[in-house]
Amino acid sequence: MRVGLFATCLTDTFFPETAKATVRLLERLGCRVEFPLAQTCCGQMHFNTGYAKQAKPLARDYAELFGDYDAVVAPSGSCTGMVRDIHPGLTASPIAARTYELSEFLVDVLEVTEVGAYFPHRVTYHPTCHSLRMLGVGEKPLRLLRAVRGLDLVELPESSSCCGFGGTFAVKNAETSTAMLTDKMHHVIGTAAEVLTAGDNSCLMHIGGGLSRLRSGVRPVHLAEILASTEEEPWSSATR
Amino acid sequence: MLTRIRTALRDQPKATPVPRDYDHTRDLGDVIEVLAERVADYRAAVHRVQADRLPVWIDALLDARGARRIAVPADLPADWLNDELTWLVDRPPLSIETLDGCDGVLTGCAVAIAETGTIVLDAGVAQGRRALTLLPDYHLCVVRADQVVATVPEALARLDPVRPLTFISGPSATSDIELDRVEGVHGPRTLEVLIVEG
Amino acid sequence: MVVRNPVTWLGTPAFPKAAKDALANTQLRRNLRNATSTIRGKRAAAVAELPDWERLRAAGAAIKDEVLANLDTYLIRLEAAVTARGGTVHWARDAAEANAIALRLIRATGETEVVKVKSMATAEIGLNEALAEGGVTAIETDLAELIVQLGEDRPSHILVPAIHRNRAEIKEIFQRAMPDVPADLTSEPRALAEAARRHLRRKFLSAKVAISGANFGVAETGSIVVVESEGNGRMCLTLPETLITVMGIEKVVPSWPDLEVFLQLLPRSSTAERMNPYTSVWTGVTPGDGPQAFHLILLDNGRTATLADEVGRQSLRCIRCSACLNVCPVYERTGGEAYGSVYPGPIGAILTPQLVNDPKDKQAASLPFASSLCGACYEVCPVSINIPEVLTHLRARVVENKSSLAPEAIAMRALAWVMADAKRFERAQQAGTLARFLGRDGKITRLPWPGSKWTDVRDVPVPPAESFRSWWRRTRGDQ
Repeated sequence: MRVGLFATCLTDTFFPETAKATVRLLERLGCRVEFPLAQTCCGQMHFNTGYAKQAKPLARDYAELFGDYDAVVAPSGSCTGMVRDIHPGLTASPIAARTYELSEFLVDVLEVTEVGAYFPHRVTYHPTCHSLRMLGVGEKPLRLLRAVRGLDLVELPESSSCCGFGGTFAVKNAETSTAMLTDKMHHVIGTAAEVLTAGDNSCLMHIGGGLSRLRSGVRPVHLAEILASTEEEPWSSATR
Repeated sequence: MLTRIRTALRDQPKATPVPRDYDHTRDLGDVIEVLAERVADYRAAVHRVQADRLPVWIDALLDARGARRIAVPADLPADWLNDELTWLVDRPPLSIETLDGCDGVLTGCAVAIAETGTIVLDAGVAQGRRALTLLPDYHLCVVRADQVVATVPEALARLDPVRPLTFISGPSATSDIELDRVEGVHGPRTLEVLIVEG
Repeated sequence: MVVRNPVTWLGTPAFPKAAKDALANTQLRRNLRNATSTIRGKRAAAVAELPDWERLRAAGAAIKDEVLANLDTYLIRLEAAVTARGGTVHWARDAAEANAIALRLIRATGETEVVKVKSMATAEIGLNEALAEGGVTAIETDLAELIVQLGEDRPSHILVPAIHRNRAEIKEIFQRAMPDVPADLTSEPRALAEAARRHLRRKFLSAKVAISGANFGVAETGSIVVVESEGNGRMCLTLPETLITVMGIEKVVPSWPDLEVFLQLLPRSSTAERMNPYTSVWTGVTPGDGPQAFHLILLDNGRTATLADEVGRQSLRCIRCSACLNVCPVYERTGGEAYGSVYPGPIGAILTPQLVNDPKDKQAASLPFASSLCGACYEVCPVSINIPEVLTHLRARVVENKSSLAPEAIAMRALAWVMADAKRFERAQQAGTLARFLGRDGKITRLPWPGSKWTDVRDVPVPPAESFRSWWRRTRGDQ
């Protein structure tokens, strides 16, 4: 299967390890992964902030660039939601329906939950709003995590409540966002997990930024990096 | 205003046909049992009785409360009433003060909905006008087994909307304090239901 | 001159500022958290009990869409049916017209005091204030409305306007402001309800005129439906001689069987009950039973403007259940008052600015941004209003009305320009690595404004020396 990787602008710029892990994982599972270098951004921030006009050409570029792939995989529930739910309203985008968030692609398309991963850490999982509600990924990420050898999965209380990121919301309504973040961090810290994982680097950057300020010691790690980690090539905190 | 509405709809939106594939009825097992259980969930007292024992039960329940002056609609079946109590018959209409001051009201009903534990009055036979079941603090309501349906759609199909209708699910209650239900505000604070079988 | 729509409260600051003030109130946050978390769990259980919930939801949305698409037809039908049954129908284009009609009708009875059933439509038009100016006292009979009225407070929730108060605070309000308060009042909810019962009893028994809203109006039969809990609604709808009902024009449903859908969706979504304690249905006037004069005021007040927007019109499906408030993480923290409107929470964030319909109103314009777009509201909405979709749509409308020279607009255009071309994006990434000098230990702890809004409480990761695309090109070439 010829898979296009849509890294997303945030991950490409700030979290290259997530994108590398996605490539490693998909190749390990037999996919032919390509990264078209002309890609930039899905336009979500523009669209969600009220700049739909500016998001339109980005949606058009996306549809053109990825149009020929069997499937596109993105390590982000949020950007996948933007492509799948919103792009078709902005431009003709036959590829939108074949764009998958990583856990969906693994479970629904490749039909695997055991991906040969090894990650000997105590982990809690935050289901990001857009993977949960726009995409409906449901239990898929948890099924993948439960199959990881060595991983000690602890439940996050009130996991489905929003972390308060919401793109420009975190800046436009900074105080409210902070109140939401505070509750989320409280729950994360309460699990005594070493690692907080999620399918979106945006939310991880938000919660992780707060956890880092508190010097909590909890590390944000994208789901892709956990799933890519093996005994031979284990995840290393040094790269994050 | 109609002009404004028509202007607003100049794009001529087409509504899709309403999907009616929701459940019109449902197999709840013994609907009488479900009704009894769900009415009781609202903290109303429920008793299942045989038809020939109804007058005895009415007597006993009123007696247990010490209720002596009971308002009744004019067309209540005569055999529901015994001679020892004062029946305040709503013909001519009882005054608001009389209704407010009496010990309770006894009525029948039009339909009862098992799934939601709801009793519906339609001002028909044995029910009287709406104020009758509103002002007394105690409402004893008789439900015949053949008046019980399983679901809301079944109940609505039996009702005539141009009659004044009152759907009653338990005693008066409020969720206004901390979004938690407490019984007993302005309507009858005690609801007791007799389900009559046979 | 544009007349201000009283749906928003004059003098409320824009949402971010109002929210900041509300967030400082820890008691408020605790009260809201307790109330909303209780109801969230209960709602989920009440909904899970119905195996056909999603089908009911789809039917509910479709019925409302059918009504909206043919609103003129159904309103004419409703008017004819109500009139045929002895009622009188009045049409009000805005708040001022509706208030004037109500005042005129009350004056014709010679009364100066009226009892009221809680109603969003009358709150939206500021009816109580308008009646007071006209010399008529309106007495709120719903417990929560009474708490708000006695506490000289503002409503903060659609269903439970006093949700921001806990039992201890309610007790204090009663002790302070209720004239006939029992000396031994406790904060036990049952005792508080009992005090309200005694306080209002005489008013109910003597009232000659009542005012209500309507949850539904059935076009085919002219039947009006009010859904309530306490029995104050029944008191108002049954005992007085004259009943005046104010109904938003979107509340009409085509026919009686349509209610089988809404009478299942509404109680489970709002109070998480299988059924609310009391539902009253009346059609015009019934001789010998209930009010002998019935007036129905059909209210526009911004609804036709909302209807004109192809995306925004779905907001008019709303049945005022308030499930979206109870699940909203923003509402849970800020409470309702921060929204500055009788319609708070997610539905308020889309409905209020549309009803206000004034692009210059900065407070209303701030509301569509009062959301992290988490989608919890859409998930629970019993009539499937895609609130996030309407939020982003309304944000775009706000942006359209903004100067293209606003700093945000310039930044957004610049960013779009960068993103329009991968080479420009890559150069920006490389420039961004300069930010490495701002950070240490792999994180940045302070950014200049507006980045400071972020770094006040969160670190920013330092961009790595090599972006993913640079790595890809280095290891895999330009394929």
